[in-house]
Amino acid sequence: MTKRIIDLRLVEKREWPQAVLLKLRSDVEPLPEAAPGQFVQVRVDQSPATYLRRPISIHFIDRERRELWLLVRKVGAGTRAMADWPLQTRVNVVFPLGHPYTLPKASKKERCLLVGGGIGLAPLLYLGKMLHEQGHHPMFLLGGRSADDLIQLNEFEQYGELCLTTEDGSAGIKGLVTAHPVLQGPSPDRIYCCGPKPMMVAVARYARQKGLWCEVSLENTMACGIGACLCCVEDTVEGHRCVCQEGPVFNINQLKWQI
Amino acid sequence: MLTASGTFGYGREYTDFIDLSDLGGIIVKGTTLHPREGNAYPRMAETPSGMLNAVGLQNKGVDYFVEHIYPEVSQYDTRVLVNVSGSTVDDYVACAEKIQALDKIPAIELNVSCPNVKQGGMAFGVSCEGIASVVGAVRKVYHKHLMVKLSPNVTSIADIAMAAEAAGADSVSLINTLLGMSIDAEKRRPRLSTVTGGLSGACVKPVALRMVWQVAKAVKIPVIGLGGISSATDAIEFLLAGASAVQIGTANFIDPAVSVKVVRGIEDYCERHHIEAVSSLTGALEI
Ligand SMILES: Cc1cc2nc3c(=O)[nH]c(=O)nc-3n(C[C@H](O)[C@H](O)[C@H](O)COP(=O)(O)OP(=O)(O)OC[C@H]3O[C@@H](n4cnc5c(N)ncnc54)[C@H](O)[C@@H]3O)c2cc1C
Ligand SMILES: Cc1cc2nc3c(=O)[nH]c(=O)nc-3n(C[C@H](O)[C@H](O)[C@H](O)COP(=O)(O)O)c2cc1C
Ligand code: FES
Repeated sequence: MTKRIIDLRLVEKREWPQAVLLKLRSDVEPLPEAAPGQFVQVRVDQSPATYLRRPISIHFIDRERRELWLLVRKVGAGTRAMADWPLQTRVNVVFPLGHPYTLPKASKKERCLLVGGGIGLAPLLYLGKMLHEQGHHPMFLLGGRSADDLIQLNEFEQYGELCLTTEDGSAGIKGLVTAHPVLQGPSPDRIYCCGPKPMMVAVARYARQKGLWCEVSLENTMACGIGACLCCVEDTVEGHRCVCQEGPVFNINQLKWQI
Repeated sequence: MLTASGTFGYGREYTDFIDLSDLGGIIVKGTTLHPREGNAYPRMAETPSGMLNAVGLQNKGVDYFVEHIYPEVSQYDTRVLVNVSGSTVDDYVACAEKIQALDKIPAIELNVSCPNVKQGGMAFGVSCEGIASVVGAVRKVYHKHLMVKLSPNVTSIADIAMAAEAAGADSVSLINTLLGMSIDAEKRRPRLSTVTGGLSGACVKPVALRMVWQVAKAVKIPVIGLGGISSATDAIEFLLAGASAVQIGTANFIDPAVSVKVVRGIEDYCERHHIEAVSSLTGALEI
């Protein structure tokens, strides 16, 4: 997959208290091929506080409309500036970057559990769509602090069943994702996970105990995003590996987490 | 125009964005005699108009370079320079000897200025005796172009540059990163695993420019300027201050095609100002 630097136009926006959905369109050329789990490096502006690009997962790609969707949680200067962009803003992105989630063989219909916590649900929409299209059975287990975090549910619903948890009980089962009863039922063939590290560690531990295949997506701080600077490394069984190039998706067996 | 060591990988990271033959050359990552895993994560902290890094010379060692990377980079239609680092004089010498044997590497850049490794590196680059000992020893065994990369973490950069020249350097490049630090006040913790790290990017440009100007006045060998360059205008400022060539580092992270844009921009500038040879800009600052 060839990486490209491309200018997109902000054509649609949706805001929630903590997050924003940005739909970016390519007016001149088709979007490059990209796979679920890959990410883009977004140029925010040229203010001193946002000197480097911001890495954001591919939330969804609509090839026909040439649209790239980003789901962004407002945490600091860069992500807040993105949420404030007026429609029609020109947005410069570098993508597709990183190593995607591993899809099962199309010939074998597999049960896939997609576990997302907080803004970690972002990459799971495009993943769910691809799995659904290939005839697999994705099920989404999405968790947040409160109902405010559980966004884009009508989109997720198109591709698979939803299981929800919130820490305050304002939606779904009260507690962390690992408290959801779906994990006590029949085991999935694969688990795909993205979210805050403690949550991913908990899911990885569950997968390890049950001997299940599991991939997680890491969010190490990055500078270049293309494997040139070695700033984003994760300590793996093979030594330091770039999260931007050999990740962000890793099989839990590659990581040195205490699970 | 060259791309700066540690910011351009081995070049292949950028081939989707630019044609390497449009560049004067690339300087590959810091290479050491033995493999190095580098420092622990976190290794990067963004700062106003810049960044701190503490990569710590992660690389697979010179033998790996010779066996696995050289065959690929020697095919590039551009000059490939190797940045050589070490913790002892013997390491530098052994590493330089191995690279001398590679036909397609016309020069090495001796990194005596990395702030991110415990022993060696910068220690050599911060005193005239230190730099003379490494440069002198490498000069004895290395017969191609020897570029020496200077540390800005010194009181008098001109003295260090003169010591490098006297010890046999063919050119000097400057600046490497400035030693800096970043703290997360909420967590009361440093943002880098190593506490301190190397500052680079737009914010270091005024310091770099001043040092290039001082060094260019002090030595006769060519000076290669770098530090915060992200546009043709930036590059031209370095030439005017006395640089014969420039390198682009951190800016490659923000725009992976910036190096080629700078080359084109310098050409445009020369056309606009009716300048025939870029070299006539070197040191052309009017005071
Ligand atoms: C591969 C990858 C994919 C990502 N995908 C998404 C996504 O789809 N949607 C999304 O909203 N975010 C995503 N992130 C995280 C996003 O990059 C950061 O939240 C963003 O860079 C913060 O920029 P800022 O300027 O708003 O915050 P800064 O001003 O840089 O930081 C503000 C605060 O946010 C915290 N912060 C900074 N970076 C991160 C991080 N990586 N994770 C958690 N907290 C952080 C800092 O500690 C600080 O307290 C992803 C990160 C990576 C590496
Ligand atoms: C992530 C990173 C890694 C670097 N690694 C090296 C290195 O291995 N050897 C070296 O001589 N300089 C290294 N440098 C320093 C740069 O080559 C350059 O001197 C410095 O960043 C200043 O230029 P800039 O502001 O254009 O980036 C590194 C810089 C960065 C940001
Ligand atoms: S962010 Fe530069 S190597 Fe990963």
